[in-house]
Amino acid sequence: MIAEIHAGAHALPTSTGLDHRKMGFWAFLGSECMFFGSLIATYMVYKGKSPSGPQPHEILNIPLTSISTFVLLMSSLLMVLALAAVQRGDRLGAKLWLFGTPFFGSIFLAFQVYEFTTFVHEGLTLQVNLFGGTFFVLTGFHGAHVSVGVVWLLSLWVMALRNRLTPVDATIVEIAGLYWHFVDIVWIVIFTFVYLLQ
Amino acid sequence: MEPTPSHPHPSIRTYLMVGAVLTVITAVEISVFYITALARYLAPMLIVLSAAKFSLVVMFFMHLRFDNRIFRWLFAGPLALTIGVVLALIALFLTGH
Repeated sequence: MIAEIHAGAHALPTSTGLDHRKMGFWAFLGSECMFFGSLIATYMVYKGKSPSGPQPHEILNIPLTSISTFVLLMSSLLMVLALAAVQRGDRLGAKLWLFGTPFFGSIFLAFQVYEFTTFVHEGLTLQVNLFGGTFFVLTGFHGAHVSVGVVWLLSLWVMALRNRLTPVDATIVEIAGLYWHFVDIVWIVIFTFVYLLQ
Repeated sequence: MEPTPSHPHPSIRTYLMVGAVLTVITAVEISVFYITALARYLAPMLIVLSAAKFSLVVMFFMHLRFDNRIFRWLFAGPLALTIGVVLALIALFLTGH
């Protein structure tokens, strides 16, 4: 069956011969690059220009964020394992990894909720200074993207539980995976430029 | 019939190896951050390590290394534009214009 699908990959009735959903999604990810690029540029431009605290070096918790970064990286690994399981028709693997990926994403979100509430208690809010405004907008939008990804992946997990994910459906899992890996690479950049390069 | 990639995706072993390399690079990033002797070289080192992680995820987990080159250009084009815009904005504000 998988061989048949591979054989049919070149016979798509589109002008490029490629899957139009995947093509559209890569274009969407290109636009998302511009979106996050503008938020990162804004953060960088206003970095060190807050006249009053809290300042990044006073408040950012590197050990905690390192753990959440590792969790998000590992969720990306689970995502490719989920895709591989769906492609080879491994139902148990698909169910396991399609649950593990959003579960790890939820752990990342829990870390972020903890971080945000701690910062607010320590006096860093959206309005208090330029650092607070740019930091919360950038990381908040990233967190919102992770939340969308968690819901998306859980819906795929429910499909897997109902045995409605077969190798034929691998493309929809692959597209969800592209989105998930994209939020991961955005975090790779945020972790470096916001947390480590203070 | 649903399409699949025109080239086979990497093996599970490759995925696990990439995951291990990503973990090691993250550990190195955090170590470098705490080593005061490397403070002078912190920015270039972290940028290189971050770019390596970014590339590994895009090439292996997002399969851009194996997929059709149209996908590569669809992503690389806006990414290059983004990097240009970010650098231009930083340069603009650094020079005070």
